[in-house]
Formats: sequence, C-alpha cells, structure tokens
Amino acid sequence: MMELDLSGFESCPLFPGGVVADHGENPLAAASFQLPACSDFDGFQKDAIQMTKPAKGTTTLAFVFKEGVIVAADSRATMGGYISSQSVKKIVEINPHMLGTIAGGAADCQFWHRNLGIKCRLHELANKRRISVTGASKLLANILYSYKGMGLSVGTMIAGWDEKGPGLYYVDNEGGRLKGTRFSVGSGSPYAYGVLDSGYQFNMSVEEAAELARRAIYHATFHDGASGGVASVYHVGPQGWKKLSGDDVGELHYKYYPMILTPTEQEMADTSAA
Amino acid sequence: MECVFGLVGDGFALVAADSSAVNSILVHKSNEDKIMILDSHKLLGASGEAGDRVQFTEYIQKNVHLYEFRNGIPLSTAAAANFTRGELAQALRKDMDNHLERSELKSLDLTPISVGIITSKFVVTTILAPSVGTAQPKGCIGNGRDSSIAGYDKDIGPSLYYIDYIATLHKVDKGAFGYGSFFSLSMMDRHYHSGMSLKEAVDLVDKCIVEIRTRLVVSPPNFVIKIVDKDGAKEYAWRETIKDAEEPTA
Repeated sequence: MMELDLSGFESCPLFPGGVVADHGENPLAAASFQLPACSDFDGFQKDAIQMTKPAKGTTTLAFVFKEGVIVAADSRATMGGYISSQSVKKIVEINPHMLGTIAGGAADCQFWHRNLGIKCRLHELANKRRISVTGASKLLANILYSYKGMGLSVGTMIAGWDEKGPGLYYVDNEGGRLKGTRFSVGSGSPYAYGVLDSGYQFNMSVEEAAELARRAIYHATFHDGASGGVASVYHVGPQGWKKLSGDDVGELHYKYYPMILTPTEQEMADTSAA
Repeated sequence: MECVFGLVGDGFALVAADSSAVNSILVHKSNEDKIMILDSHKLLGASGEAGDRVQFTEYIQKNVHLYEFRNGIPLSTAAAANFTRGELAQALRKDMDNHLERSELKSLDLTPISVGIITSKFVVTTILAPSVGTAQPKGCIGNGRDSSIAGYDKDIGPSLYYIDYIATLHKVDKGAFGYGSFFSLSMMDRHYHSGMSLKEAVDLVDKCIVEIRTRLVVSPPNFVIKIVDKDGAKEYAWRETIKDAEEPTA
C-alpha cells in the first residue's frame, strides 16, 4: 500500500516512486492514510462510488384511482448489456390484499418481500386483523434503513387496500418512504411518468386505468433498453388483487401502431404470388 | 435544492419549507411535508436524505413524547433543541463499521443522520432539506443539511434554534438553509425586524419564496408554511405552483 504523507514532517529519504517508507511502529510518524495502488485515483474513487449505486433496470408503476390501485410492470432482466430473461415476475403477491413491485436487485426484492409477507402474517395472528398498507410499508422501510449503505438494491412500491381504502407507498434501499398517488420506479420510469401523468384521471374505470398502465409500460419499454418482455397489469380492489393482463410489448407495439402497407409493397407481394 | 427558512415574529414563529421529494432528476412527489410537529407547541423542520430525515425526526418526536409521558410536563424548546443536537452529535461520532465505509466513500454527507432541524415552538420552523432521496454522493460538506427547532414556551415566548448537520446549535431570530438560503438570508436581513406581525411575516416569507423561484436554477415548485403560537403548532398555508393528485379519502 502506498502511504501518502502530506505533512511534510517526514525527513526520511523517499523510495523510488515517491513513496514514503512505512513506519507503522514509529510514534512520531507523520499522519498519513493509505491509498489504493493505482495510477488514476480520482477515476478509481468515482468508479467505486458508482459501484455502490444500484442501477434499477426496469419499469414498474402504480397509481391510485377511484376503483383502487393499478400496479403494472415489465418483465425483462438484464446483466449489463445481456438480456438474461424476458419473463421475470416483477409484481410479487405479499398477501391476498397487498402487492409489491420489484426494481433493482431481484434477489434483494424477492427476499425482503417474502420476509415482509411473513411479518404481515405474524401481525395478523398477533392482532387478529390485517395489517394496514401504512404499517407494512413502514416495516419494510425500517428494515431497509437498517441496511442502509450496505449495498442492497431495492426500489419497491407497496400497494394494497386496507380499512382506509386504497394505499400506495414507495420504499427504497436508501430508507426513503413516500406516500403518494402515482409512482414509477426504474430506469424506464421517466418515460412511463410522461404517459401516466398526461393520461391520469382519478375517475377512471378499471379498464381505462389498466389501459393507461399498459400503455405507459409499453412506451417505457420502447425507449428504455433495460425494460421489455411482457407488460403485466394487476388491479387491487376492496376484495384483494387480481391480475388483469399480461401482454408482450412487441405485440402491443403493432396493436398501437399497426403496419400500413405502402402500395409498392402490395405490388411486390402480388408479383411473388403470381 | 431543498429550501427551509423561518423567523420569529410577535408572539409566533413561522417556518416555511419546500415540499418536493426528489431522486436524482426525478421528482417523486411535490407535496411532501417536511415540517414535523414535535408536540403541541413545537415544530421541527428537517432536510436531508430520504430515509435519514424521516427516521431521525420521528426518533426525536417519539423521545419528546416519551419525556412528556414520563414526567407529566412537556419539554421546553431549549431542552428539545439541545436534546436533538446531542443526539445528532452522538450519531456523528458513532464508529459503526459500515457507516465508516459509507462515509469514506461519500464523505460526511452520508452520516447516519444528515438532517437539519428547525424546531420552533413558537418560532417559525424552517426545514431545510438539502435533497431528499438524492442518489448522488455529495462531495462537499457545505451542502447544508440543517434543521431548525422552533417552539413556544409560556414563559419565554417564541424561539428558534438553528441546528446544522454537524450538530452546531444556535438560538436565532431568523434562519435559512439549503440552496434557497443564498437568496432568502439577505432578504430576511433587509426586511426583518423583531416583533413582526403575522401578516408582515407571511409577506416576507412570500417575498423569499418568489425570490427563490426566480433565481434558483432548479427551484422547488411548492412550499408549506407552518406556524407556532400560543394556541399551538399548525399548518398555515401551502404555496403551490404544481398541484399533485389529491389523495383519495376513505
């Protein structure tokens, strides 16, 4: 390890390379701290900080409306530039009345959602009533806060219907917890927000809301490389959650923007048939 | 990008804070209430990272309540402010392994507590929030996570305490934190005088909000104003330019 002596007190001759001799036992040693041995320390530091920032390559969204909560997500998993799966389940069922979404590390999200489900069930058994969405999200937020800075990557939304009606919370690995009516999480979220914000109305029917969610996911998958696969849409109502649809976004593309054959193409088709 | 500022008036304290919850370039929410009501006559305004701010202010709030339950009388503003400062100072000096690693990488900004609290029992509580939920590590210490504690004591009247993210404590008449402080501090210096009426104080706060909106490059769209007076701590007004969707009532 290099030792960088900034005090100027050291009178030892410098080793080749400008490194001061290691004098761990010397009580008069000048204050110094060890640096990693590399040529570009600033770049290294930047990379190191970048490594701790979890990247959430996905698009998930949820919003509250008159009839409850709509939760939607894509289903693509990427490892760098490689698409490792097109059929990841990003909406997890915590209990029959609560859904959670996955963004970030799949393992982290799946494990902690399962853990949250356990805690919710224990709460039901101990208190003889279902846990509220507020309580469930606070449980998860406190757990994630206690692991803050340790590299967990969780960007999740907890959606459910409890005694107070529909509830939606955003919880992330920084320990943040926000109550809201519209959230989108992941790398594709800015694209989804655009469609979601412009089309949102509180008084929508379930079909309209599901179509808005589907459309928002589709547009996000179109622009964001880390999102794709199947757009799943769930609805959480007073009776619990129900999966509404799961459409391949490639097929959605041609449904929203059907191909219009130009005359030339028609002719070519006729010629080859002839 | 978070702005909190506050001032002491004639028999009341006023705190204004922005209300956006932000994650790098994305605004998750524009009506997040960052001014916590500690008890009947105290406000705590805090700014800081998402998890830190809420966890720390709730911790202070619960401890203030605990004191009242145990001893039958509420804490004075000065006591609450000193308690908060003490907790902040303790947290900063905690030698938790993981926290050390964190702070090595992200410098002092990622201490377990990175909040600024303004409690004003009677005093305006301003809450400065450097940036809730920001993902970027802040290199420089001077990013202003401060807090103010404002409160009203029957014998003392309104008071405002400035506590910053490295646990400095000052009793002040007016304070401002965050990027907005660059604009509001001088405005308050110019127009503030002791014993301002509520109308004058709200006018000054509005002037500051307008100045922040005009001059700060990414200024928050909405602000919340809370006051503390002899009748208690309550929300006074919102100043909104963007209306978030209303939360549905049961």
